[in-house]
Amino acid sequence: MNLESLYQELILDHYKNPLHKGLVSPADASVHHVNPSCGDEVDLNLTIRDGEIQSVSWDGIGCSISQASTSVMSDLVQGRSVDEASQVIDAFMEVMQSKGSTTGDESLLGDAVAFAGVSKYPARIKCALLGWMAFKDALVQLGGYRAKDSGEVK
Amino acid sequence: MPLDVARIKKDFPILARTVRNEHPLVYLDSAATSQKPVAVMKAESDFYSQHNAAVHRGAHLLAEEATDAYEGAREAVARFIGAKSDEVIFTKSATESLNLLAYSWGNAPSNSRFHLAPGDVIVLSEAEHHANLIPWQELARRSGAILRWFGVDDEGRIDLSSIDSIIDSRTKIVAITHQSNVTGAITPLTSIVAAARSHNALIVLDACQSAPHFAIDVKELEVDFVAFSGHKMVGPTGIGILWGREELLAEMPPFLFGGSMVTAVTMEGASYAAPPKRFEAGVPNMAQAVGLHAAIDYLNAVGMGQIHEHEVALTEYALSGLSSIAGVGIVGPTEIKDRGGVLSFTVEGIHPHDVGQGLDDLGIAVRTGHHCAWPLMKRMGVVATTRASLYLYNEKSDVDALILGIEKVQSFFGSKGIGR
Repeated sequence: MNLESLYQELILDHYKNPLHKGLVSPADASVHHVNPSCGDEVDLNLTIRDGEIQSVSWDGIGCSISQASTSVMSDLVQGRSVDEASQVIDAFMEVMQSKGSTTGDESLLGDAVAFAGVSKYPARIKCALLGWMAFKDALVQLGGYRAKDSGEVK
Repeated sequence: MPLDVARIKKDFPILARTVRNEHPLVYLDSAATSQKPVAVMKAESDFYSQHNAAVHRGAHLLAEEATDAYEGAREAVARFIGAKSDEVIFTKSATESLNLLAYSWGNAPSNSRFHLAPGDVIVLSEAEHHANLIPWQELARRSGAILRWFGVDDEGRIDLSSIDSIIDSRTKIVAITHQSNVTGAITPLTSIVAAARSHNALIVLDACQSAPHFAIDVKELEVDFVAFSGHKMVGPTGIGILWGREELLAEMPPFLFGGSMVTAVTMEGASYAAPPKRFEAGVPNMAQAVGLHAAIDYLNAVGMGQIHEHEVALTEYALSGLSSIAGVGIVGPTEIKDRGGVLSFTVEGIHPHDVGQGLDDLGIAVRTGHHCAWPLMKRMGVVATTRASLYLYNEKSDVDALILGIEKVQSFFGSKGIGR
C-alpha cells in the first residue's frame, strides 16, 4: 500500500495517544467545529494570558487525520505568543493548500510537517484543518489572530 | 437468466480505467451516482450535434425535432413508471422535485387542499435523506405545521408500532423514502399508504434509491407523488423527475415562475399553463432529458426484473462476505428480505474516512460519512459509516475486492496498533 506516505507513524502515534485531549475549564473561549462533509466534531477551549497561549485543550471524534492534527496543533501552539501562533496557523494553511508542492518549514511547524502528504488528497484537507480552524476561531474571538499580511488584528 | 455483467461492463467506458496506483477501478458508489453507458453519452451528444434548439418555441425544424425528443423522453419516463405523460415533470434533480412540492404547497391559498394551517401535520421518517427532510422542515416553519416522524429500529427498518398516533386526522402530508440510502432498508409502504389514505393525506415517495433498481408502478404503489433522479439510473446529471397524479397537479400552484409556464401575461399578472408545463419554467434541461430517455431504454433492454434479481443475489453475497470479517458491523438489515444493494458498515477501531482512504488506495470507490442522513446516523449510533453500493455493472469480483480490501485496511492499521 502507498498509504505509508499519508499515514506517517507520527500521525498514527498522535491518533493513538492524543495530546491535550480533554477540555480544561474555565477557558477564555470555547468553540465547537464540525466537518459538515463527514460529521466529525471538535470542541476546543483556549485561554490566553499576557499575549501568550496559556492553554489549548480539546475533545472530539473523528478520523485519524483530524484527531492527530488537532493533537499536534494543540501541542505546537501551547506557550507561544499569539503572534507566533497566528504565523503557525498561516504556515499550516499554506501547506494544506499546496497540493503537495511544499512540505512546510519544520522550524515553524514542527511535527505538523508530517501532514504535508494530506494536501495531495483534497477530500482529507478539511480533516487536517478541523482542529486548526477551531483554534483560529477561538483566537479570533479573543482578538488574538493576526492576519499574515495586514498586521491588523482581525 | 443471469446478467452478462462482463458485456454490460463494456458499455460503461469508465469501468475500464485505472485509478490510484494503476489499480483497475472497482466502483461501489452507485447510490451516490451511477456510471453512464455509451448510449446515454451518445444520445446527449447527438442531441447537441444534430437537434439542439429551445423546445416549445421557435418556428424552425430544429425546434420541432428538439421538442419531439424532449417530449419523447417524457413519454419514456411515463411508461417506465406506469404513468401518463402529462403527469411527468422534469426538474434538475430529485432534490428540486421535492422542493417543488414543498414550495408549491406553501404557495397554496387557504381554500386549497394543499394549504397547511398551524397545527397540521407533516409525517416523515428518521431514515430520510436531507433532501426529503429539510424542504419539509422549512415548509413547517413557514406554515406553522408540525413535523412528526416514524422512528427506525436497530437495523434501520421503519418502526410502524405507533403508526396510529403518527398518522392521524391532522396529517396532511406523508413524505417518505422508498429505500434508505444508508441502510438499504425498503419501506413497508402498504400500511403507511393505507393509514395516509384513511386520513386523506398526500403521500410523497422519495424513490431515488428504488426506481433505478427495480420496476416501480405508480398505480400499484398507490402514492400521490414520486421523486427520483436521472443520474442514479445510468442517466445524465441535471435531470430529475417528479410524478404526480394529474388531478392533484392540476390544482397545484407553480413553484418557479417565468417563460414557458404561462398562458397569458400582462404587466399586472399572468395565468398559468396546465401541468406539466406549469412546473417547467425556463428552457429545460433538454439534452439531459434525451440522455435519460436513452438510459431508460438501456435499463429496459437489460430488464428491470433481471437487474433486480442480479442485485439481490449480489447483495446477499456481499452481506455474507462482510459478516464474515471480524470487526465489521453492518449498519442496516443483515437479511436480504426487503433491502437493496446499499451496504453501510463500520470497521472496529478504524474511522470510516480512514477505511475509505485505504480502499481508495486499492482502486475501490466507496462513500464515507453521514450520507446526507444525519438524523439516521445519530439513531444508528454512528458518526459516519463506509458505504458500498451495487448496481447492474457490479459482479462478485467487485465484492471480493471490497472484502479483501477491508482486510488489507485492517491489517495496515492493525500493524500500527489501530483497530483489531
